[in-house]
Amino acid sequence: MGDFFEIVGLSIWVSLAATAVAAGVSLPIGAALAIFRFRGRRLIVVLINAFFGLPPVVVGLVLYLALSRSGPLGSLTLLFTPTAMVIAQAILATPIIMALVHRASERAWARYGDELTSDGATRLQAVPQILMIIRADLVTAVLAGFGRTVSEVGAVILVGGNIRGLTRTMTTTIALQTSQGDLALALALGAVLIGISISISATVFALAGRARTVGSDEV
Amino acid sequence: MIGFRSFLALLATLVALNASSAAEQSIVLASTTSVEASGLLANILPQFTAKTGITVNVVAQGTGKALDTARRGDADLLLVHDPEAEQQFMDEGHGSTRRQIAWNDFILVGPSADPAHVKGGSDSVAALKAIAVSQAPFVSRGDKSGTNATELRLWKLAGQTPDLLNKEKWYRDIGGGMGQALNAASAMDAYTLSDRGTWLSFNNKGSLIIAIEGDPRLRNRYDVIELDPQKHAGAKLAAAKVFADWLVSPEGQLAIGAYQANGQKLFNPSASSPK
Repeated sequence: MGDFFEIVGLSIWVSLAATAVAAGVSLPIGAALAIFRFRGRRLIVVLINAFFGLPPVVVGLVLYLALSRSGPLGSLTLLFTPTAMVIAQAILATPIIMALVHRASERAWARYGDELTSDGATRLQAVPQILMIIRADLVTAVLAGFGRTVSEVGAVILVGGNIRGLTRTMTTTIALQTSQGDLALALALGAVLIGISISISATVFALAGRARTVGSDEV
Repeated sequence: MIGFRSFLALLATLVALNASSAAEQSIVLASTTSVEASGLLANILPQFTAKTGITVNVVAQGTGKALDTARRGDADLLLVHDPEAEQQFMDEGHGSTRRQIAWNDFILVGPSADPAHVKGGSDSVAALKAIAVSQAPFVSRGDKSGTNATELRLWKLAGQTPDLLNKEKWYRDIGGGMGQALNAASAMDAYTLSDRGTWLSFNNKGSLIIAIEGDPRLRNRYDVIELDPQKHAGAKLAAAKVFADWLVSPEGQLAIGAYQANGQKLFNPSASSPK
């Protein structure tokens, strides 16, 4: 049972950390892509949307080779650590969050762009303001990213190594128990995973809904 | 910007976390799946860690992949069971010492209906020939593991090569671990080669039974391999040696021999008299 809470705790910790990293990158960049005009912008937007469905096992493999001690980032000795799993999941969640933030920002910019820059404010100053305006969409975007990370197994099992007590998450445990023929146990853990995933999403969504009704409705 | 600030804070946490985990003694052991799936390591590692303070992080892979992981420098120690692949690893200069710690045996398992009529014998090669003739389904690990290598050696003795086998519909290469192979064999009423440890601790046998056992060619040896200090200067070789020495010590051997799953002994310690 001690193992169980450790596994659940690690799963949530890794997924939340990865989602936070991905959101930290995606929010400003996603909004900026809607606000600034520069060469290659369309291409970047197309690429981000294309990476929406990045295959986790390929991300895992590339990261595995990069973090391997004989790879370019080997000196960091991050392979088979929770940090490596956070990086893998952050890479998977980033295009999802960024694409959703960009889409919402584009709509908001079309409507409020002139207003936001009319009194001499720069486009850079408009980035946080756009994010404020679309904050309800941000919740959806970040939850979509979290959903991707917490349910993912292909990448974390490669770069984490499914080490008991160190890098064993709910999804890798389910894979392991299935391979040991403990199907009932695997299924039970699967139910827990779904339950946790749903309750986190529901909680955040409910909190965001309240914030939206309390604050002024701008969109 | 909140997003960016929390991002920086998180990065700092990650770096700190990594530094603190590196401070305590821990090694990465690349091992075969059988010593992990059978529960052996989970049973004996706490004793070792309590005594020495060294944490052993087990990455359970097939023997072929475990050897590759060590070649790339991503493991500090190996625990594997494919004598030929191990010899090649030593010949390449990656290993420094290789010691046997335990042995058990492989068994050929199959559906109780026994379509190839091989049940009860001890000649594994004759049994494979009978399976090929009757075209009864056979599940292969197909993952370059020690068990997979043993299986292919036996097929060779039975007059089959991987190229020939892969053309056959009844020969099913699943590319997975021992448990996955047993799951597949159970679901498809197929024969498969298993190590006894995984078989005894496996809980989804369905109609599978042991068809062949007791063939001297089915012996399964587990070796611990320390890495060459010149080729693998970055590895934690001192701590790895402490664990390797413990495995072959009377205390470690006693712990290995005492481990049971479902009331049966799984591994026979053999450091003092290698089989």
